[in-house]
Amino acid sequence: MKVLDGLYYSKDHEWVKPEGSHALVGITDHAQLGLGDVVYVELPEEGDEFQAGDPIGVVESVKAASDVYTPIAGKVIRVNGKLIDHPERINQDPYGSWLIELETTDADMEEGLLSPEEYKMWCLEEDE
Amino acid sequence: MFPYLPATPEDETKILEKLGLHSAEDVFEDIPPSIRLQKDPNLERPKSELEVERILKDLCSRNLDAERAVIFLGAGSYDHYIPSTVRYVTGRSEFSTSYTPYQPEVSQGTLQAIFEYQSMICAITGMDVSNASLYDGASAAAEAARMATNRTRRRQILVSETVHPETRKVLSTFLGCHGIACEVLPVKSGVTDMEMLEEKVSRETAGVILQNPNFFGFFEDIGSAEKIIHNKKGLLILSVDPISLGLFKTPGEWGADIAIGEGQSLGNPMSFGGPYLGFLACTKSLMRKMPGRIVGQTRDTEGKRGFVSTLQTREQHIRREKATSNICSNESLNALAASVYLATMGKEGLKEVARQCYDKAHYAASILTASGKYRLLYDHPFFMEFPVVGAPSDERIHEALLREGILGGYAFQKDYPQLGHGILYCVTEKRTKQEIHNLQRILEGME
Amino acid sequence: MKEYNKLILECSRPGRTAYRLPESDVPEFPLPDGLLREREPELPEVSEVDVIRHYTNLSRKNYAVDIGMYPLGSCTMKYNPRINEEAARMSGFSNIHPLQPAETVQGALELMAGTEKMLCELTGMSAFTLQPAAGAQGEITGLMMIRAYHRHRGDEKRRRIIIPDSAHGTNPASASMAGMEVVEVKSDEEGGMDLDALQEVLNDEVAGLMLTNPNTLGLFDKNIVKIADMVHKTGGLLYYDGANANAILGITRPGDMGFDIVHLNLHKTFSTPHGGGGPGSGAVVHNGKGYVLEENRPLSIGKVKSWYGNFGVVVRAYCYILSMGAEGLKAASRIAVLNANYMKEMLKDYYKLPYDRTCMHEFVLGGLKNNPYGITAKQIAKRLMDYGLHPPTTYFPLIVHEALMVEPTETESVESMEEYVQALIRIAQEAVADPDVVKTAPHTTVVKQLDEVQAARNPVVKW
Repeated sequence: MKVLDGLYYSKDHEWVKPEGSHALVGITDHAQLGLGDVVYVELPEEGDEFQAGDPIGVVESVKAASDVYTPIAGKVIRVNGKLIDHPERINQDPYGSWLIELETTDADMEEGLLSPEEYKMWCLEEDE
Repeated sequence: MFPYLPATPEDETKILEKLGLHSAEDVFEDIPPSIRLQKDPNLERPKSELEVERILKDLCSRNLDAERAVIFLGAGSYDHYIPSTVRYVTGRSEFSTSYTPYQPEVSQGTLQAIFEYQSMICAITGMDVSNASLYDGASAAAEAARMATNRTRRRQILVSETVHPETRKVLSTFLGCHGIACEVLPVKSGVTDMEMLEEKVSRETAGVILQNPNFFGFFEDIGSAEKIIHNKKGLLILSVDPISLGLFKTPGEWGADIAIGEGQSLGNPMSFGGPYLGFLACTKSLMRKMPGRIVGQTRDTEGKRGFVSTLQTREQHIRREKATSNICSNESLNALAASVYLATMGKEGLKEVARQCYDKAHYAASILTASGKYRLLYDHPFFMEFPVVGAPSDERIHEALLREGILGGYAFQKDYPQLGHGILYCVTEKRTKQEIHNLQRILEGME
Repeated sequence: MKEYNKLILECSRPGRTAYRLPESDVPEFPLPDGLLREREPELPEVSEVDVIRHYTNLSRKNYAVDIGMYPLGSCTMKYNPRINEEAARMSGFSNIHPLQPAETVQGALELMAGTEKMLCELTGMSAFTLQPAAGAQGEITGLMMIRAYHRHRGDEKRRRIIIPDSAHGTNPASASMAGMEVVEVKSDEEGGMDLDALQEVLNDEVAGLMLTNPNTLGLFDKNIVKIADMVHKTGGLLYYDGANANAILGITRPGDMGFDIVHLNLHKTFSTPHGGGGPGSGAVVHNGKGYVLEENRPLSIGKVKSWYGNFGVVVRAYCYILSMGAEGLKAASRIAVLNANYMKEMLKDYYKLPYDRTCMHEFVLGGLKNNPYGITAKQIAKRLMDYGLHPPTTYFPLIVHEALMVEPTETESVESMEEYVQALIRIAQEAVADPDVVKTAPHTTVVKQLDEVQAARNPVVKW
């Protein structure tokens, strides 16, 4: 189970990659392993605004449909439309397959998010 | 000693021995004595098959059914021809005693039959995708309304007063749970008031539900309605009579987003109101929002074509409280009947049935109103039902008809008090010229 | 025998017909302009021979109760008596219109009233409705009644429904559809409701508790009277999901357990056929707190289905109850419970039994005991089909890992149960000696493992 450095994580198995005043959000390797083959992704629309912890979409596999929550607040400026036609990319490359790009209003992004180490520990705890 | 209970006293003894118990009572030890029944439920003693048959025949003798009476009653449930192929297929217990196809490898019969049903519903409605059926036309309306509010994120539904009263009642019960406003568009001259429709449709409207032909049998101005609704980016939900689609313009051709309706007319008997089936079909973009089961085609590991339940993750057994709906069973056997009906009647047959319904209804309307004693409530294009008004009261008409073994049409004043008394007659392909003339004779003879 | 692999459309040839209608004896009337369909429907043109062969061949690809044992836990796949089918097909029942005047359908009304009375007697309730078309619809009806009950008392706060974590998916889905919030409570190690956890969530915002007893683990919750008491004390109502009623007919009644509203699944407990997934019938019964479903009653919640419910299904259930009587239903429950325990005892040396105590009409296994190659419940299920048997329910309830839920019902003989157990034992042995044959099952079914991923990624849902 891969955990990349340089990203922030949430307890719901999303990752955040800050890029200045923007951020990319996706789901982790742990999440895609649990889901199995992804068959469909439901994404929000550009312009949608969310609070931290709001559901922003759904990732569907044959056996489950998981809500995706945004770990940070912000406004959607881009969605990754390629995933609609190729949802399997989430399985192949979870950290390269961002779901949404947000313009963030969260001043301090680190607050409330987990570091790669903390996320690794969290996954171990959960699996018990 | 019951035919459905194979276990003999010896079998029970064998089981108890294996369990290390003395008596069968012991398996119920977890049930607190305070709630154990002290005496048997007060039911009549068990009956043999012959006795049960006698009871049933007696009950049947006190029901006037459509084989013994001539029926001109429609209003949501119809006496159509059901080919003998339908009863044969639904009688096959491989279909009737199987269950929801959770293990597709041993349920290919059911799965393929549903796939064909879905295909045929798309064929007749002109829509892109269909589900495996819902409980009835009314619940299909409720589900379609939910799809619209879900997709548009708006919280108002408009429904025409010319949509069947039963559908509207069920709709309001279910929408009420979620605080979705359900407003009724009034009937005007027998059809939906288009001016009111234009006035009421706004950017708050998730969708509009219209019925075509409507409750009175009249064709609605769907073309105008479609423009109005789509202009404000709401959804057009069209409830249709599937038999009418043998001849008339389909929801797909009208540009509807969701097509729904009652599928009873397709190979299912009237059965005192149920079981029926609701069909629901929609455009491709709404596919993942459809409730209920959906069967998809795929291949197995050896490349052979096969069928599976697909898009299941939206359903209750996986999504639980976030499911698109709580629906679990569908109306599989009724959907099977519908498929067999459509396969048997085929492209030409459905057209012919629709044609005969249309012609016979128009013939009846013309001769019932010939003398001037009765007239049509409105002079408007209709399919196979038409509302008739005249001097004699509804009750007296019904009595007179019943005396001669005829079940008259529906007295609609109960549901549309503003229209006064009058009767909605329905003439299907099963009615004959002689039956129609007989009806006319009795009606003419009334004071 | 040759394998059949056609869609009905693929049998189509222009000009073939399978029907004939009498010629119309009235003139043709002109059709209205602009209202006609432009494209012809893509329906088949086949002969009657084709129709019959097609569907006969399709039916032979189905497993069914009439073929063999079908022990789907939670579904009660009992034998469907033939007399019930004959009853439902009688013209006097199938050819009557819901809007006929009451005096012309006295037989139908008597049948419904009679069924009502018998179901009340069996459940300990005082009134009921046959309107819901299925168990899930019964659930949502009952939940709406609970909501309405509280509203009528002027209590708008109560929006929560408590549901155990072992519950069937329709329970929370129905609660959600009824506009209520779901609060999940965990089960204790015995498999019953954790009373402390329950106490924690009980407050004046709780509308009620939804429970099935025996629960989805097949275990009777001994604390039921206490649970009912706890909920009633805080002003909530108790809803009984009747899916597992087959274990208790004539033995105990939900009314006596303290439930206020009950739904029954006529297609489970009362032997009406499952028909490939429907129609079912949910009969909702309640103990007279003032709510009924008839629309012309002042306090009604309104209609949940058009007309009066699935009358054709009710006819079968009525027939069944007449045939069985109290004596037969009681025997059915007794044997259903004995049968489940019998199978459990024979299997527990090979499969994990998370709750090793007397079960009711069904029991849950948790995968293989000896499993060096990690064989899953799914693979066991697929391998069972090679033995010509239908698998039990898998992966439900969610609280048991690799769950296999087995419900033989009372209509299985000792021999058929032993045959089933033998197959499961052989698979347990194969899991160690020849794991590949299990992992790549099924081998002898008409199709092998189907690609569900493709079906979900690129759905093809019509021809």
